[in-house]
Amino acid sequence: MALLTKIRLKDHLRETRLFRDRVVVAVILVLLLVSGLILRLINLQIVNHDHFTTLSQDNRVKVQPLPPTRGLIYDRNGTILAQNLPTYSLEVTPERVEDMEKTLAGIGRIVEISDSDRRRFERLRKQKRRFDSIPIRIRLDPDEVARLAVSRHRFPGVEIQAKLLRDYPLGPVTAHVIGYVGRINQEELKTIDTSAYSGTSHIGKNGVEKTYEEMLHGKVGLQQVEVNALGRVIRVLQSQPPEPGRDLYLSLDAGLQAAAMEAFGDYTGGAVAIDPRNGQVLALVSQPGYDPNLFVEGISPKEYRALQQSEEKPLFNRALRGQYPPGSTVKPFIGLGGLETGVTDITRKTFCPGFFRLPGRKHKYRDWKKAGHGLVNLSDAITQSCDVYYYDLANRMGVDRLHAFLSRFGFGRRTGIDVAGERPGLLPSREWKRRARKQPWYPGETLIMGIGQGYFLSTPLQLAHATAVLAAGGIDHPPRVVQATLGSGDPAPVPLPPPQPVVLEKSLPGNWDDVVDAMVQVIEGRRGTARRIRDERYRIAGKTGTAQVFTVKQDEEYDADKISRKNRDHALFIAFAPVEDPRIAVAVIVENGEHGGSTAAPIAKRIMDYYLMGDR
Amino acid sequence: MNQAYQRSGLPESNPTRASGLLADLHLDLPLLTGLILLCGFGLVVLYSASGQDMGQIQRQLIRLALAFLVMFLVAQIPPVQLRRLAPWLYGLGILLLLAVMIVGQVGKGAQRWLDLGLFRFQPSELTKLAVPMMIAWFLAEKSLPPTWKRLATAGIMILVPVLLIAKQPDLGTSLLVASAGIFVLFLAGLSWRFIVGMVLVAIPSGWVLWEWGMREYQRNRVLTFLDPERDPLGTGYHIIQSKIAIGSGGIYGKGWLNGTQSHLEFLPERTTDFIFAVLSEEFGFVGILLLLALYLFIIFRGLYIASHAQDTFSRLLAGALTLVFFVYLFVNTGMVSGILPVVGVPLPLISYGGTSLVTIMAGFGILMSIHTHRKLLPT
Repeated sequence: MALLTKIRLKDHLRETRLFRDRVVVAVILVLLLVSGLILRLINLQIVNHDHFTTLSQDNRVKVQPLPPTRGLIYDRNGTILAQNLPTYSLEVTPERVEDMEKTLAGIGRIVEISDSDRRRFERLRKQKRRFDSIPIRIRLDPDEVARLAVSRHRFPGVEIQAKLLRDYPLGPVTAHVIGYVGRINQEELKTIDTSAYSGTSHIGKNGVEKTYEEMLHGKVGLQQVEVNALGRVIRVLQSQPPEPGRDLYLSLDAGLQAAAMEAFGDYTGGAVAIDPRNGQVLALVSQPGYDPNLFVEGISPKEYRALQQSEEKPLFNRALRGQYPPGSTVKPFIGLGGLETGVTDITRKTFCPGFFRLPGRKHKYRDWKKAGHGLVNLSDAITQSCDVYYYDLANRMGVDRLHAFLSRFGFGRRTGIDVAGERPGLLPSREWKRRARKQPWYPGETLIMGIGQGYFLSTPLQLAHATAVLAAGGIDHPPRVVQATLGSGDPAPVPLPPPQPVVLEKSLPGNWDDVVDAMVQVIEGRRGTARRIRDERYRIAGKTGTAQVFTVKQDEEYDADKISRKNRDHALFIAFAPVEDPRIAVAVIVENGEHGGSTAAPIAKRIMDYYLMGDR
Repeated sequence: MNQAYQRSGLPESNPTRASGLLADLHLDLPLLTGLILLCGFGLVVLYSASGQDMGQIQRQLIRLALAFLVMFLVAQIPPVQLRRLAPWLYGLGILLLLAVMIVGQVGKGAQRWLDLGLFRFQPSELTKLAVPMMIAWFLAEKSLPPTWKRLATAGIMILVPVLLIAKQPDLGTSLLVASAGIFVLFLAGLSWRFIVGMVLVAIPSGWVLWEWGMREYQRNRVLTFLDPERDPLGTGYHIIQSKIAIGSGGIYGKGWLNGTQSHLEFLPERTTDFIFAVLSEEFGFVGILLLLALYLFIIFRGLYIASHAQDTFSRLLAGALTLVFFVYLFVNTGMVSGILPVVGVPLPLISYGGTSLVTIMAGFGILMSIHTHRKLLPT
């Protein structure tokens, strides 16, 4: 027993020693492994800390754009012309929709989805990414919003979105001046700074909206948000608020604009009114207008086709882009040119037998009055609009001097108005004809140019501008619509610096008065072509004009009854008032209106009455 | 024979034995302190990882209370009794694993649970304790180091439950059970020649395991471990995100409750297997050192208890349980920091969840029992 115990004890001691050895090995192993782990953690947390910090930031922080609100547009009286209205639209995120057809059918039972809604949806769906939300219905009324809100949970991926939509309360009245905004398209994407437009879906497409896009748009804000692993925004870390677009204050008078449009009645045409003292555009009318609100959320192809194919061409901005022969409305300018260049003087008379012949030629250049005006001086020629006098004057001035003098009034080039889309018209010259037509200039063309026909084309805006220069006694204030802008930090609208006026050279100031006197006689004279708009309250200087649409052949007569309305002459009228201290210069073109005195002059009168007399 | 030795009339009093209340309750103060501190730290981390969910904290507190109770109860059982229980527990564990397998074939996929009506029980947890107890009992029968024959027998005793668990399939637990058994062998004086030989055998058998022994998802885990970027949105996502969490923590961490990786849900399993990443993100390298210090304190105390145990069975069991605890720690932290493959092993005493918690604390109960039931021995 004792021996056994002894052996056991000996064994026991050996086992204890063996075990302790093993424990020491285990401890060393534990320490080695823990050191390995610590080395790994040093590598992750200290050596590569910056790298992982970046990754962690990338994980959680996303930058989101905060689109600025677009600036508002006011007229000269503070009437709002363009605003942002909150509207509700129903948007679908394709990525989150399992069965698109089923979903759309389901929504269709709650709110009406028209074919055009469907088409727009399909079109946008092709352009956008799968996780972008696409509008299926826009401008939901409160009733529809309520109905959708109740059953929306049945349609995952379908959401009601509230957003600000551009709205033009006056619609067609200001459409041609303000233009409209529309969704940014592929071409625009190439030209704009995409980061400045991140979060913005619309851009100015036309008119003032386009010209002043940069100011109206404002500056995009940024917000750093923390997102979770699913991309849901948890909180805003940092936010740089957007800078709202600047509000624009226009010289336009919305009431005047509406009155002018109304005055056109069933006629189509254009009218422009400018304050000759400063170039402020008071009205810029193209009749008919169109509803710019249709374009904001994307016009349906059907509606667009209807607008495009309409005989009246409502999308055509006649005031800026309509290029018409100015006809007799150029006579005061050419007459002034004759006086200023010394080719004629106010007393010199020309005999008008009803036609004019170039020396040695047979071709008759006819006067509008078959019987002729008899002996006429410059004043008579303006008052009665004698063509023969002007054939003769133009012939003696020659195309070069005509071109040089008329270009001083801005004919043949853009006025530079701040409404996008203006066209330059055409003031013909030898050089132009050689370049454009590869032909020499013929003397007969000078005669035709003398009565504002032939190649000569001008826009209503150019005519109004030239009239304003005449009214201002030779001071050219470039026409402009926007007068002041208001930013969020400004206490009051900040005037835009006016463009530098150009003072025209005069050889004899009396010449200008003579022409103006003759223009007054157009209204006040016994034989004045616009005597019917005479008003006792203020004095008007004006000039009627007719622009041929249809060329009457030699030895044929213009017979309005035989010509379809579409081919009837355009009626023109330019005027300014009051004569003593002109505050408004107007140009009106009535398409197929035939006689300037009977159709165009009353519209100009209406504009002046409204503006000067406050006639409503 | 051993029992005779136990009853060999040696003096009852033991001057080195701690006296006082804790000793009477069979609790070891240093170990208990370490465990409480670690669990407290764990609750602090869990509070943040759960997104400040007091409900989860309460549930975890209840589990901890239960686990400490189990520890206390186990500590009252003298090692002699434990040794007597060992073969029975082992047998029961094997039977239950077989039962799980049969039930599991009725159900689909991984089957680890036995539904006992009132609560669900995971038999593999039982084997975590039963296997080292069994091997320690078996090897303590004869003098050490064991003979080759006994080693082979012990090897089979380990292999059976390990294979049964791996079949469930539960790679993490089978690894822990295997290591528990192997640690007993190692501590029992497994010859170095054998160890080196095993390593040489392990390499080709590893290849065999890869080809025929592994499930697709297990192979994926290994592949993803070797190259996490291989599948950054699938299996690699866990490791990439947890590495980001740890790395972005830096030296001092982002601060408690300020971890972005965890709070924004980039980090998967953040209250359970990946809670170490939450801790690393919020408390940084310093926090990790503190955590490792607590763990090492517990482990060294465990090894101290093992080396001061009075009989072979107690020694082997205490040493093996302590080393398994370390394996838990190392496999989990190694996995979360990307130096080991992703195997589902929780961070012991910190991860949310109850089953392994109870097993681990029962293990510490055994350690305390071993330490507090000592009798004076001639040295």
